[in-house]
Amino acid sequence: MTHTADRLARAAQESTRERTPWRVRLALHDIDGITLLVVPAVLFVLGLFVYPFLYGLVLSFKPRAGDFLANYRKFFSDPFLYDTIFATLRLALPATIINVLVSIPVALRVRKLHRRRLLTTILVIPITLGTVLIAEGLLNYLGPQGWLNRTLMLFGVISAPLRLVHNYTGVMISLILSGFPFTFLLTLSYITGIDASLEQAAATLGATARARFRHIVLPLLVQGLAVNFCLSFVQTFSVFPSAVLLGAPAGDTRVISIAAYQAAYEQYDASMAAAIAMIMGFVQLTVVVLALAGRNLFYRGAAGGGKG
Amino acid sequence: MGQDKTVSERLWALAIWAAVIFFIVNFMAMIATVVINSFGTRWLGTWLPAGYTVRWYRSAWDEFQLGDVLITTFQVVGAVVLLSGLFGVPAAYALARRNFPGKQFVMLLFLLPLMIPPITFGIPLATVLYQLGAGGTLWGVIIANLVPTVPFVILVMIPFIEQIDPRIESAARVFGAGTGQLFVYVLVPLLAPGILAALLLVLVRTIAMFELTFFTAGPDSQTLVVALYYAVYAAGVRAGQSIDAMAVIYMITTLIWLLIALRFVDPTQMVARAKQEAAR
Repeated sequence: MTHTADRLARAAQESTRERTPWRVRLALHDIDGITLLVVPAVLFVLGLFVYPFLYGLVLSFKPRAGDFLANYRKFFSDPFLYDTIFATLRLALPATIINVLVSIPVALRVRKLHRRRLLTTILVIPITLGTVLIAEGLLNYLGPQGWLNRTLMLFGVISAPLRLVHNYTGVMISLILSGFPFTFLLTLSYITGIDASLEQAAATLGATARARFRHIVLPLLVQGLAVNFCLSFVQTFSVFPSAVLLGAPAGDTRVISIAAYQAAYEQYDASMAAAIAMIMGFVQLTVVVLALAGRNLFYRGAAGGGKG
Repeated sequence: MGQDKTVSERLWALAIWAAVIFFIVNFMAMIATVVINSFGTRWLGTWLPAGYTVRWYRSAWDEFQLGDVLITTFQVVGAVVLLSGLFGVPAAYALARRNFPGKQFVMLLFLLPLMIPPITFGIPLATVLYQLGAGGTLWGVIIANLVPTVPFVILVMIPFIEQIDPRIESAARVFGAGTGQLFVYVLVPLLAPGILAALLLVLVRTIAMFELTFFTAGPDSQTLVVALYYAVYAAGVRAGQSIDAMAVIYMITTLIWLLIALRFVDPTQMVARAKQEAAR
């Protein structure tokens, strides 16, 4: 104790003696009073994001019973648990891909509009509704007595009501509905960021709309689309409320977050819940990394004039 | 351009508009069912309810202790907005103006909470909060909700700050302003639109944030979205109309704030803002 106190005192003395040079030297590295403003936020993220995450990681290796890998072994040997990964991906991947792909042509149209703001506002509204409200609305709207089934039957498209809720379809529809506006907004902002004169130049040289898209817009857009894919995927990956309310939580929409929730709040097994959360994070980051890696492959191909 | 459109291009444009209209019509119809049902007396197997009433709003108010839930929601949202501004804006200023060693690392640190779904870090975070005794309390909910919003404010604010001419700050410094005065008299007024936009988006996000509140809230610290979840989850126990009445209240609450937010910020400019300004 005394030894450390001594050292601290000496360090303090030294720093007062060399005060000016210290400050100047730090300022040369752009560290001064202003830089220190970042410290509270950094400490906050370290304490409430990084620490809990590491804590969860350690906790996941301390199972209730068995050796340190028991939780992970249990997860990967029980199909009721490991199938949740595929159930999640079966929902999240198609929903994200559909949202990203559909947002491109829509954004290309909308960008030329004068009343862009109105349409954007209409399309943004679903973001504010949140997944729970969309789930409640879809239960009404898509149910056997809902307006959609009634309309389809009125026009004789179908003879019996379609089963659209409490299954995979219901969750998928809600993911697209709640995810599309966000994806669209990001795509729109990337597309409006592309210099319009590039396309005009190509048009002057006689390039068709399709050629302009493939050789100019798409290569410039790929970076943004990859980021967009990742951000949208993060959103669709946590399908917890809609999977419970609109899906079949014991059946084909038993997603990984349901398994984690049950471990944490129904079996009160914090260690197992942490293990599932870690697996969840790992799967999600794997997809993100693959998407970002794929972007580079794709980009080179398109820039070289290959197929887009 | 415009005149050289081929038939296939026209068809393609038509198909896109049809898809957009289909999306909007279905979406509006979905909202309409919720709104109509919340005013309906009995709605079984017909196009419209048998009659209309407002009594579900009163019953929703009583059954779900909606008054308490709304107060909790506003307390949580208010604290989250205020604190994420206090943490986020100064940090964004430091990141926008200085190139210190390790800046890349700090940026990554702020990106991670946005790249990892709340449901993933929510469970370990809730475990830690419960160990600290903050789980199940109002503060636990506020702290959990701050984890994604502080980085969000930082990332939204950096481009706003970069647009401000640093010479203005230098001038203030020359006249002897300290960092605190600089913030109060120069930066905050200049950044007001940006701060307002960022905080309104935080507000909308926090009202809608389900997972983090769900994991950390106790019976007295539920926000509106979590109360709504429990109501829908236990559907059948309560009248569907009264759940829908609650959903309408939720919708109006977020919608008001969103419309205010959209007056101040064009959401499409969040990313492309700097480029558009340069083009003009």
